[in-house]
Amino acid sequence: MENILEYLKAERSQEWRTEIRKSMKAKDRMAKVRTEMPEEDPNIRNTSNIEVNSGLTAEQAVLEAQRCIDCPSPTCITGCPVGINIPKFIKKIETEDFLGAAEVLKDTNGLPAVCGRVCPQEKQCEAQCFYTIKMDKPPVAIGYLERFAADFERDSGQMAIPDTDEFNNIKLAVIGSGPAGLAAAGDLAKFGYDVTVFEALHEIGGVLKYGIPEFRLPNEVVDVEIESLRKMGVKFRTNFIVGKTASFEDLKEEGYQAFFVGSGAGLPRFMNIPGENFNGIFSSNEYLTRVNLMNAANPDFDTPVISGNLVAVIGGGNTAMDSVRTAKRLGAERSMIIYRRSEEEMPARVEEVKHAKEEGIEFMNLHNPLEYFADEKGRVNKMKVQKMELGAPDASGRRRPIPIEGSEFMIDVDTVVVSVGVSPNPLIPASLPNLKVTDWGTIVVDKETMQSSIPELFAGGDIVRGGATVILAMGDGRKAAAGMHQYIMEKIKAN
Amino acid sequence: MSKILEKEFFSENVVKLVLDAPEIARSRKPGHFVIIKIDKRGERIPLTIASSDPEKGTLTLVVQKVGVTSAKLAAMQVGDEIMDVVGPLGKATHIEKVGTVLCAGGGVGVAPLLPIVEGFKKAGNRVITVLAARNKDLVILEEQMREFSDEVIVMTDDGSSGKKGLVTAGMEEVIQREKVDLSVVIGPAIMMKFAALTTKKYNIETYASLNTIMVDGTGMCGACRVSVGGKTKFVCVDGPEFNAHQVDFDQMMSRLGAYKDQEIEAYEKYLQTVEIDG
Ligand SMILES: Cc1cc2nc3c(=O)[nH]c(=O)nc-3n(C[C@H](O)[C@H](O)[C@H](O)COP(=O)(O)OP(=O)(O)OC[C@H]3O[C@@H](n4cnc5c(N)ncnc54)[C@H](O)[C@@H]3O)c2cc1C
Ligand SMILES: Cc1cc2nc3c(=O)[nH]c(=O)nc-3n(C[C@H](O)[C@H](O)[C@H](O)COP(=O)(O)OP(=O)(O)OC[C@H]3O[C@@H](n4cnc5c(N)ncnc54)[C@H](O)[C@@H]3O)c2cc1C
Ligand code: FES
Repeated sequence: MENILEYLKAERSQEWRTEIRKSMKAKDRMAKVRTEMPEEDPNIRNTSNIEVNSGLTAEQAVLEAQRCIDCPSPTCITGCPVGINIPKFIKKIETEDFLGAAEVLKDTNGLPAVCGRVCPQEKQCEAQCFYTIKMDKPPVAIGYLERFAADFERDSGQMAIPDTDEFNNIKLAVIGSGPAGLAAAGDLAKFGYDVTVFEALHEIGGVLKYGIPEFRLPNEVVDVEIESLRKMGVKFRTNFIVGKTASFEDLKEEGYQAFFVGSGAGLPRFMNIPGENFNGIFSSNEYLTRVNLMNAANPDFDTPVISGNLVAVIGGGNTAMDSVRTAKRLGAERSMIIYRRSEEEMPARVEEVKHAKEEGIEFMNLHNPLEYFADEKGRVNKMKVQKMELGAPDASGRRRPIPIEGSEFMIDVDTVVVSVGVSPNPLIPASLPNLKVTDWGTIVVDKETMQSSIPELFAGGDIVRGGATVILAMGDGRKAAAGMHQYIMEKIKAN
Repeated sequence: MSKILEKEFFSENVVKLVLDAPEIARSRKPGHFVIIKIDKRGERIPLTIASSDPEKGTLTLVVQKVGVTSAKLAAMQVGDEIMDVVGPLGKATHIEKVGTVLCAGGGVGVAPLLPIVEGFKKAGNRVITVLAARNKDLVILEEQMREFSDEVIVMTDDGSSGKKGLVTAGMEEVIQREKVDLSVVIGPAIMMKFAALTTKKYNIETYASLNTIMVDGTGMCGACRVSVGGKTKFVCVDGPEFNAHQVDFDQMMSRLGAYKDQEIEAYEKYLQTVEIDG
């Protein structure tokens, strides 16, 4: 910790930083208002896949960067799960060294264009911004700025391919190509390893591809990152399920010396209420996979999807917001969120809730489904819901929803998307009986090295945390890469 | 990418394909299936691995034309490549020596049944196989089944081959004649439903292999869910074989029809393009 503070201080007292800081009075910086993100018109975007946020212009970005007063002890960094040097990248933007800003981001975050779009900044860096905690003013738009710098770099065509150490011919396997796996692969390639990423699906990217929709995270943004990994020598094997297509033993025989498991929390939960298996009722994973991964809404593709008229989405997380907004885009007359707590407890990013409202999504908060009914063909046509009220906080710290007796009523629906959480993917633990897992099915690892109970196996992301976030998954992947590097180096020394 | 190495029509609508897929061929056990996606715009469909050759690194699939993807697959030629093949998926059949095993296959269920018949025979069981089809031309894999069965009974709806009658009649005949220790039934849901009712009458442990609609095949989406013994199960990871006496076949049939309108529309559209091209 001491070291980090020392380092930040040294960085802050560099000449260019001091100069730019002094170029404007703090009072003038604080007098500026937070830049608004340019957005597509809600009534146009809710009928297309166009990205909702169009990104700041260079001018807007510099103006916003000027708001940052470059605090002596920057609290924002403490809110960032991977400890990005936030003031440094923002000041680079202020000096209009946008590529330099991207470089600072990439020191700690392998996927800034992704994180700038999907991180819950209002709960992380921006929650700890000086403006939020001391001034009760809107925080510096750190997320917008992160996205701006990363997009600028990508559009400039001058994306730096990170330097890699001399190729060492040591084979390492990364299992799963979500943010955890991609981040691990990137760092391992930098250390000079021969890295292969194994992915069960036919596309690389994990949730970034099959889950988060195009209107929030265009595939192109993810593909550029994957391309950059390829250029660093990372190999990808799609349609390959480790534990099924080949076992860990098989891979060891092929020469793989250590493994990173980033297999995610891809298992959908259902509520186990009557009627949940009627046609027209999907898990959000199925609904989003059909639309995002299989392109089901495009008539030129073979996969079908039911595009309902009266769509109810159960849940209040990002996945629920993505599903309900997708339903609207597929032409639903009514797309409703049915959530058992109130808006305050919603786990979704604040921006997604705001966007959903603008797009005409109905919110039925404090309601919970009890049962589904179907027509003679087995297609859902009604659901019974119950009103809820909030009681004392539960284990999650959020106020517990309590059913109000006698408040049940029926809603007409023709499509329901169940989005009440996911469980860890059991494929890997099932194929490794010696692997230590929790009662929840998550893999137990050392917090520093991400090493599991099997020495050559490391893990991170949702398979360790349950459903978490992109940035945490990415951070885990990088920690694990360092842990694996240390493990291999020690093994070599010992021999 | 998997290359098609061999292709043979068993009947007008049933085709055998041999694919190059060395890793899957090495890991595969009877009861496993693969998911294939023909090209960039294709859908993912599940197909049982009828047999495999680990040395040559090949898989044999038997495909019945029922809609767009199966028809496109049947129209592919030797040398063509299937873009995505993933597997082996599902739980392998639990094969052990139990005594006498009665296997019943209907329609396209005959192909997935073949490796199971083979497995039980090789484990030292007496295996009696009932094959059911609408007519003589639709009876497939009879020869291959004979190789691994002590007896094969063919049933056709019109009596054009073997005996006239439904699969259940063939099964009853065997059950009344001799002691059956285990039964495995694979075919259209309606057939499995009645086959299960038949063996239930005689209290014979019975497994059915379910062919629900799937997307990923790895437990990620829940498209394949069915109710077994009152609990929701995912066929792709918990199955595809389940205790047939506990499966809610009516629910399964209804779920199989979820996309019927879209499927029919897509198939008609596809047939038109084939006519124009051809
Ligand atoms: C719809 C949706 C919206 C979300 N929105 C946000 C958001 O706005 N902000 C945010 O921070 N987080 C969001 N999240 C959560 C975030 O996406 C996840 O926390 C993150 O993707 C976890 O990364 P991961 O690498 O651990 O796993 P995943 O992204 O789940 O990737 C795991 C990959 O491993 C593959 N795999 C599994 N088993 C095997 C195997 N045996 N062999 C080979 N491959 C295997 C899977 O197919 C998958 O591709 C969202 C999640 C969803 C579903
Ligand atoms: C584990 C498993 C193993 C299978 N093994 C084989 C196999 O070895 N050979 C084979 O030919 N088929 C097999 N099937 C069925 C096969 O997956 C479907 O026939 C195929 O998905 C149909 O795709 P389509 O685009 O051609 O037809 P679609 O357009 O999707 O459907 C056309 C018609 O077929 C019906 N149908 C759709 N899916 C199924 C299904 N899963 N089962 C039965 N009828 C269906 C529809 O109701 C519709 O009437 C298996 C299914 C599963 C789940
Ligand atoms: S096919 Fe998706 S969970 Fe079984």
